[in-house]
Amino acid sequence: MASEADVRNRVHIEVDSVPENIGLVRLAVAGMAAHARFTLAEVEEIKVAVSEAVSNSVIHGYRDGRGVIKVTAVLEPGGMRVTVRDEGSGMADVEECRRARGGGDPERMGLGFMFMESLMDSLEVESSPGRGTTVRMFKAFTREAGPGG
Amino acid sequence: MKLELDTAGRVLIARIDGELDLSTAPQFRAALEQALDRTMARDLVLNMKGVGFVDSSGLGAILGRYRRVTQAGGKMAICGVSGRVKPILELSGILRIVPLFDSETGALASF
Repeated sequence: MASEADVRNRVHIEVDSVPENIGLVRLAVAGMAAHARFTLAEVEEIKVAVSEAVSNSVIHGYRDGRGVIKVTAVLEPGGMRVTVRDEGSGMADVEECRRARGGGDPERMGLGFMFMESLMDSLEVESSPGRGTTVRMFKAFTREAGPGG
Repeated sequence: MKLELDTAGRVLIARIDGELDLSTAPQFRAALEQALDRTMARDLVLNMKGVGFVDSSGLGAILGRYRRVTQAGGKMAICGVSGRVKPILELSGILRIVPLFDSETGALASF
């Protein structure tokens, strides 16, 4: 974890868990990534990963009603850290949910976690029943820093 | 998300414009189901030229229609995929089962 001094920029967004807000969060995080050292392809990858994490909170976290999803994106010297947190129903067995292909919503093919894992450089999921879920992802810069960082 | 629907013989052509995610997938799914019922089309072409973003919810909605069409003996093809969206389609594995064409003409000629 980078120290406070390493934080170059931080965006924090809280949204209601409705599908319309997924695009809003995705665009905000992508906007921040686009101004950093990410390539266009990497910005697209971040967009998909964020979309999956927020969709999971909407579909699974708050399946019984509406709640709040908190998203924090932090630019650090080595890349971008994105945290998506809900206080919804949580998961008893995180590993089982991550491995479940085609589980949950059959129309999403269980691709959500696979996309997050594949498109980001690290993924941590913390969850317990009734206490919500926190997804922490990190995407490293691959492009060299230009003059002035 | 906007959907333009057209037919060519027994092929339903769906030209999608916008983003395919959890907020638009239900509308996409319902419109295509209704069009498949109404037109009695056998095959389906998804023209994704106007699609700037797709995630697993969008892909799920696409795959659900693929299942319906193929279970009824039809075929499905995708065309016009942008360079932004193609890597996600590749990663999902959908391109291993649904053929991809550059143009609508190419897709239509494949049936």
